[in-house]
Amino acid sequence: MTTKMKTSDTVHHYLRPKKKFPNVWCAGCGNGIIMGALIRAIDSLNLDKNGVVVVSGIGCSSRMPVYLDFNTLHTTHGRALAFATGVKFAKPRLKVIVITGDGDCLAIGGNHFIHACRRNIDITTILVDNKIYGMTGGQFAPTTPSGAIATTAPHGNYEKQFDPVRLAIGAGASYVARGTVYHVQQLEKLIAGGIEKKGFALIDTIANCQTYYGRLNREGDAVAMLQWIKKHAINVRAAGNMDAEKLKDKFLTGVIHESDTTEFCDEYQMLVDRLAGKEA
Amino acid sequence: MNTNRSKARLLQGNEACLQGALYAGAQFFAGYPITPSTEIAEGMARELPKRGGRFIQMEDEIGSIAAVIGASNAGLKSMTATSGPGFSLMQENIGYAYMTETPCVIINVQRGGPSTGLPTKISQSDTMQARWGTHGDYTSITLAPSTVRGCFEEVVHAFNLAEKFRTPVVVLGDEVLGHMREMMNIPEEGELEVSPRPKPDVPPEWYKHFEITPSLVGPMASFGQGYRYNISGLTHDEEGFPTAKPAQITAKLEKLRRKIDRYADEIIRIRTEMMDDAHIAVFSYGTVARSAMQAVKFARARRIKVGAIQPLTIWPFPDAQLREMLSGVRKVIVAELNMGQLVNEVRRVAPRHTEVVALNRYDGEMMTPQQILDRIREVVK
Repeated sequence: MTTKMKTSDTVHHYLRPKKKFPNVWCAGCGNGIIMGALIRAIDSLNLDKNGVVVVSGIGCSSRMPVYLDFNTLHTTHGRALAFATGVKFAKPRLKVIVITGDGDCLAIGGNHFIHACRRNIDITTILVDNKIYGMTGGQFAPTTPSGAIATTAPHGNYEKQFDPVRLAIGAGASYVARGTVYHVQQLEKLIAGGIEKKGFALIDTIANCQTYYGRLNREGDAVAMLQWIKKHAINVRAAGNMDAEKLKDKFLTGVIHESDTTEFCDEYQMLVDRLAGKEA
Repeated sequence: MNTNRSKARLLQGNEACLQGALYAGAQFFAGYPITPSTEIAEGMARELPKRGGRFIQMEDEIGSIAAVIGASNAGLKSMTATSGPGFSLMQENIGYAYMTETPCVIINVQRGGPSTGLPTKISQSDTMQARWGTHGDYTSITLAPSTVRGCFEEVVHAFNLAEKFRTPVVVLGDEVLGHMREMMNIPEEGELEVSPRPKPDVPPEWYKHFEITPSLVGPMASFGQGYRYNISGLTHDEEGFPTAKPAQITAKLEKLRRKIDRYADEIIRIRTEMMDDAHIAVFSYGTVARSAMQAVKFARARRIKVGAIQPLTIWPFPDAQLREMLSGVRKVIVAELNMGQLVNEVRRVAPRHTEVVALNRYDGEMMTPQQILDRIREVVK
């Protein structure tokens, strides 16, 4: 697609507009913003639609693949990365993108997440991090802050919060970034960067769920929640010049970690070549 | 046994499963270590990279079957091997494979259960789990070899059925069969049928991934071939999109059942020994069938008119075939290494004049020919 095309034409080129709309998401949901950023990122890289596979688990955000005109695989709860590992390892030329929620990826799917990072398999994971279970109606997630209200934490959450960025870095992912649904142009670039990077890429995407998290915690509507995100996000490049007091209660955005570890399928191919007597 | 000396090899059941899978063209294996199936994974780790195939040891059995399903949808003949606890962990995603009509082969080298049970001892207690292990309505195909050569052949057969009917196929082995060694010839290329995956030849805009064709199962595209479609574990229409329409829900569920049931006669294979004049029959499957054949020979030496029935396909259950075989039989002994699982299926289909007698063992030991012979002599009285 050329940049001369109208935005709506670009978007329609990558959607299944006649098949599955309207979507299942609440008005004001951040999932649509993320889907738009993903489409623009893919468009900016000129990827062949036939060579892209979008895999998801279960949850609100995991409904995204059904709307997208790629090879799409909507799997079981928590297992998107394990399915995606099979797809990528079977056909490494495919670009594999995983859409997963914070409960899907970090609770039920936590084990697959850390091992996908450890293998450093070339999968781009967009983690829709809205701090709550939306589809089942507002239960607390591993990303819910301590003290926050959820339907299964009516007296306040007495558990601690996961930091998926630190988790991914610790587990060995080669590209770890954080974006938000407010900073849409940055998000598009972070996703494109993740797709381009050989190895496991995480884009932890801070999103709003005004229907459950916002309502239960009196954080207001979608606009109010976006404003909260805007106020609390600090670009990692700007953060270097800020003191601890200014960074209190803030979260970092941008590419937080990048490394050049060997990718899993490449490593395996080297083994195949070695056994066949071919030198790489 | 008919073995050609030059090509004869002394193989374990698990090694024969491995060789059978390679013969059938398995290109992808994902698994997790578990006794007593581990030799299959170890063999795959050794052999697949040499052939350009793919081996991955996943973080658990849930991930293993997920990767297998992903790889199969990316176009490779895919499989896993496990035992009871791993088979339990796989169940949700095995259901996903039924729902998404994804071909794959799952070998369950059975051990005693429930729970951790008896990791190094024999059992046939996953018989019903192979049929009804995951939630929901579906029809499954399960094969049960009883010899080392049988392991090889049934795994080849399992791949053919999986690809043809676009469904997971379970091969039920057990600890004794997996670790037992017998001589066998590795079949020459072309000696056994190996079915490739049928590919669609329609243009992408006509292709429906879950089309209900006149033969029920259509050819299957895979990711990256230019057909862009949706696969979902949600109940879906023929294009793969989630549906809540009653007519589409019914059509999908009926397809899952009918695509197996309609071809049951083609799928079902059942062996008999000395059944022509038998008044008494021993019905058994898997390793127990070996003891049953021996017991029948001993009993025949004592002029007892007894025969043996061994289904190689235990699911779909051979209803019509068994009913026919039991038409002249007064008593059928159902010998199993569990507390009675297939016996209830036999009761369901046996003619009214046939008494069904259960013979069970569940102490982790093999059912001996003597045990079966004793029961034959008891029921003769």
